[in-house]
Amino acid sequence: MYRYDEFDHAFVRDRTEQFRDQVNRRIAGDLTEDQFKPLRLMNGVYLQLHAYMLRIAIPYGTLSGRQMRKLAHISRTYDKDYGHFTTRQNLQFNWPKLEEIPAILEELAEVEMHAIQTSGNCIRNVTTDHFAGAAADEADDPRPWAEIIRQWSSLHPEFSFLPRKFKVAVTGAARDRAAIRVHDIGLELRRGGPENSLGFRVFLGGGQGRTPLVAKEVRDFVPEHELLAYLEAILRVYNRYGRRDNKFKARVKILVHERGIDEIRDAVEAEFADLRGGVLDIPAEAREKISAYFAPPDFETLPAKSDTLEAAWKADPVFGRWVARNTHPHKAPGYVSVTISLKPTGGVPGDAKSAQMDIVADLAERYSFDEIRVSHEQNLILPHVKKDDLPALYAVLVEAGLATGNAGFISDIIACPGLDYCALANARSIPIAQRLSERFADADRQADIGDLNLKISGCINACGHHHVGHIGILGVDRKGEEFYQITLGGAPGEDAAIGEIVGKGFATDEVVDAVETIVDTYLQHRSSRDEPFIDAYRRLGKAPFQEALYGS
Amino acid sequence: MANTSKTRVLTANRLGDGRVVYLGDNGWTSDLDLARLVLTEADAETAEAAGLIGVAEREIVEPYLIDVEAESDGVQPLRLRERIRAEGPTTGNSRVAPQPEAA
Repeated sequence: MYRYDEFDHAFVRDRTEQFRDQVNRRIAGDLTEDQFKPLRLMNGVYLQLHAYMLRIAIPYGTLSGRQMRKLAHISRTYDKDYGHFTTRQNLQFNWPKLEEIPAILEELAEVEMHAIQTSGNCIRNVTTDHFAGAAADEADDPRPWAEIIRQWSSLHPEFSFLPRKFKVAVTGAARDRAAIRVHDIGLELRRGGPENSLGFRVFLGGGQGRTPLVAKEVRDFVPEHELLAYLEAILRVYNRYGRRDNKFKARVKILVHERGIDEIRDAVEAEFADLRGGVLDIPAEAREKISAYFAPPDFETLPAKSDTLEAAWKADPVFGRWVARNTHPHKAPGYVSVTISLKPTGGVPGDAKSAQMDIVADLAERYSFDEIRVSHEQNLILPHVKKDDLPALYAVLVEAGLATGNAGFISDIIACPGLDYCALANARSIPIAQRLSERFADADRQADIGDLNLKISGCINACGHHHVGHIGILGVDRKGEEFYQITLGGAPGEDAAIGEIVGKGFATDEVVDAVETIVDTYLQHRSSRDEPFIDAYRRLGKAPFQEALYGS
Repeated sequence: MANTSKTRVLTANRLGDGRVVYLGDNGWTSDLDLARLVLTEADAETAEAAGLIGVAEREIVEPYLIDVEAESDGVQPLRLRERIRAEGPTTGNSRVAPQPEAA
């Protein structure tokens, strides 16, 4: 993984000292709250319902064991012994004291981490496929490009005060596990240039929130070395034409929607023509230097089949189920990527106790070449695990309460913090997720239902990705009461779609039953066990679900 | 301007640690039951003035009035958002509700 050079270390240290000074001046009264607020936000510090919240950047969701252990230490020392992994592959602490945040940032800097650009109208943490560098189906590893974009966009003077926040996601596989089509810019690294060279398919203007839109393809191929010039061209067009008069119409998706992708493409191409071949051209040696940080680990030469795994699978069907759901094909024979579910029955999606973080750090060091990933689905990933090691790894996960075999099942719920923590929320998300996970806890039933993603947001900002849930739940405030609107048919991947509202909303005590009704309707109408929920919905439309929920 | 038919209290977050506090008779308190009840328009103006002083003296940030119900067994916010602020997250598990701290 990427390692800081002297410049990076000095930059983060200086930034920490700068924020320490700003906190001291705020407490001493030299800065008012109005003056201080934008400064704290630039360092990832929000004021939520109960306390300050610190959002820590996890660049493209990649952590080492040492970094994870530091996060555990911070949660134990400065917070309430847990952390919350988010849909942007970041980590949030919900209870830090303002006075102690400079000390937390200093601790983070020791392990090459920070909270810069986790808030504000700038280019945010770049996200990627959580199986990057490991997945059998990828054209190439997207992480070097995520790192190059991170370096280009960090404190970029021209793009530090954009009309609104700006999110970039990059994947190296045609199978989109990074939800790139619901980002401001989505990049798909693929072969398609001269002599089968690599470059990027570029999507622009996707996003969720109050105006959910699937991104449009703005260019089918940008050669690798011209990526930054093309991104800069897009950002320049957005910075110039993006609306600043209305916060709700300021995202680039609105610009693309109002002007049309063809007009925006023309403007971007004009900028690109000026920029290409200039200082933003990425020299091959610079790219190779970054790529070297992400070189594949020293995989052993192994047979694709593991006798140890086969024997353990036969001996323990629960283990077998976990392997079937929570492992993903790896490019190296004899290896898999492991999903560590942060969705135990009745648990809080994305939360991990500090002791669990320590255990994951140990497991990464022992079994996964010291690599951990955070998925946008709020789980943790060990990307490179030998199949032979799965039984031993699983035994540790069972002891730690981390062995739920539900990746991609209905209980693998994405949920935002909602009204339990968030100052923007209208309704609670987590308790709905907890009740749904309890309702569908039965392993046989989940297996029968199969692939089904369920996503919950506590307000229209859609941090819980409800618009792209096969079943999406949006919490609203109706005359002081929590109400939940259900959408069906959303999808986050290469078949991205925005879910359709199924009908009138449900009260808190009705919504879990409503979801069960939807699931039962699917089970009744699917053509076979092989037809997943989303395929059945696309075939059937919403009519049978409406009839089951509301009557004819 | 204040609606005098309602019972209210002034709430804010403490500057140093962000914790939820209420204006009491003896300064800011994290115990809602010790909050000063705002019953009249004059009470509201006095409380809001105290809030501005709290901001100026860097004790608290973002003060605002909330509707409450004051019964013999204590003070209860009317809105869910404020009940969650007063009592902590409703999510159970490893989530420990904020412990009352000394004002």
